[in-house]
Amino acid sequence: MLEIKDLDVHYGGIHALKGVSLKVDDGEIVTLIGANGAGKSTTLRTISGLKKPTAGSVLVDGKDITKMAAADRVGLGLSQVPEGRRIFTSMTVMENLELGAYRRRGGDLSKDLNGVFERFPVLADRRKQLGGTLSGGEQQMLAMGRAMMAKPRILLMDEPSMGLAPLLVQEIFEIIAQINKDGTTILLVEQNANKALQVAKRAYVMETGRIVISGDAAELMKTEDIKKAYLGG
Amino acid sequence: MEVFQQLINGLSLGSIYALIALGYTMVYGIIQLINFAHGDVLMVGAFVGWFSMTTLHMNVFAALVTAMAACAMLGVIIERVAYKPLRNSTRIAALITAIGVSLFLEYVMMYFVGANPKAYPDLTGFMAGSFTIHGVIIKNIQLVIIGISVLLMIILQFIVQRTRVGKAMRAVSQDADAARLMGINVDNTISITFAIGSALAGAAGVMWGLYYISINPLMGLMPGLKAFVAAVFGGIGLIPGALLGAYAVGFIETIAKGVGLSTYSDAVVFLVLILILIIKPAGLLGKNTKEKV
Ligand SMILES: Nc1ncnc2c1ncn2[C@@H]1O[C@H](COP(=O)(O)OP(=O)(O)OP(=O)(O)O)[C@@H](O)[C@H]1O
Ligand SMILES: [Mg+2]
Repeated sequence: MLEIKDLDVHYGGIHALKGVSLKVDDGEIVTLIGANGAGKSTTLRTISGLKKPTAGSVLVDGKDITKMAAADRVGLGLSQVPEGRRIFTSMTVMENLELGAYRRRGGDLSKDLNGVFERFPVLADRRKQLGGTLSGGEQQMLAMGRAMMAKPRILLMDEPSMGLAPLLVQEIFEIIAQINKDGTTILLVEQNANKALQVAKRAYVMETGRIVISGDAAELMKTEDIKKAYLGG
Repeated sequence: MEVFQQLINGLSLGSIYALIALGYTMVYGIIQLINFAHGDVLMVGAFVGWFSMTTLHMNVFAALVTAMAACAMLGVIIERVAYKPLRNSTRIAALITAIGVSLFLEYVMMYFVGANPKAYPDLTGFMAGSFTIHGVIIKNIQLVIIGISVLLMIILQFIVQRTRVGKAMRAVSQDADAARLMGINVDNTISITFAIGSALAGAAGVMWGLYYISINPLMGLMPGLKAFVAAVFGGIGLIPGALLGAYAVGFIETIAKGVGLSTYSDAVVFLVLILILIIKPAGLLGKNTKEKV
């Protein structure tokens, strides 16, 4: 279980998160939606440890990890698919995937590699290719496959559908549902609120550094405010 | 035959430059710092080698390994004490610190050994020999230098391309935050990079001493500067670029000497650098576009 409590985060003088709290139970898909600059990525980056909060705490299974280094959180089963994919462009697809499993010393990776290749067949064909030569959609799949190589218990995803063609967006969301069904808890940040609310069990809505609405995803889809602000209707 | 003579001379000089340039470029690749103290690490390596051979009576290879180990440690200490606290400050602050570290190493060494040059012991056995092929004189020490350098480059290439730590180094140099998300300890990876780069400089220092005999506390300046030039020449941050640049500098320098421009050989090296950078601002192998969007 992942929980954040009253997180305050600053970038210099910018107060990006103002007392943000949320919870993701084991096995859930929870989505975090909101306009540009609301603080969604900052929330994920604080959970994964790339950004240190000025106040508040991050807990995994009740254990306070607020002070833990980002690299060590991977060992707890926390993985992030970062905004903009951030794959290693001058390394091969295979090397990217191997780096995903960096924390899992020893052991046989071939089973997990096969798992990733089954989920993303296109990566199998491209395994010797440099990450930078992949298309946007393929890079997104590589970023997801790379995160899966860590065998995460909790997966943080930051706008996995960004910049992808509609057909591919559909595919990505199906894969997200599948990953969750196979046992991974997911916190999903999305611009595509419609799709995100469909796949998620619960949702939080963020505005300028605060959580303003939260609840059951299916319920939220029906509320007028959400429809107007986020679902284009 | 004169051409071949310059070729062999350029090859041995270029090999030494290559070892130094590799350290420059690896450090630049991982933290975008021009480590101006790198030439002085070479100087320390030369003195450790000298001390090992004269006072401790080690053979050349034991002295080489000792110097490499000592420089690896020195590199890690320099990084932890001087550079790490500045990792988030401006580049100019880091650069000034690097120059400070450089002066510190030079004058601490001067305090211990004095400003006068010291001489490496005479070469013995195989390494003292030389032979002639069609009028080209090849000293065995040149072959030893080229051989050791190439061996170290192969080992480096293996580490960087094939090992877990090498992959971590490449990941950190491309995107430190993404590397953190893989579970890579970025600080340790940077330290390891300094250790490896400094060990190579230490090896270069010992070979410099074996080749040119005379060493002194300011000796790191010129080779350091030229290896830096070599790294920029090839495209800073790129390992193949550093190798290409280093051999190019080695050849340009020996050719300039060969055609009677001994006094100006350094100037010729820098002139060619300026010309190359005018034509290709990112260096011979560098891409002119920015990688990070
Ligand atoms: N590195 C940074 N330096 C300074 N300010 C930042 C930085 N990163 C984010 N911010 C600011 O923090 C606030 C929240 O940004 P964040 O990236 O978390 O928003 P977001 O909800 O992910 O937006 P988007 O949907 O555009 O990705 C914004 O006002 C942004 O300008
Ligand atoms: Mg964002």
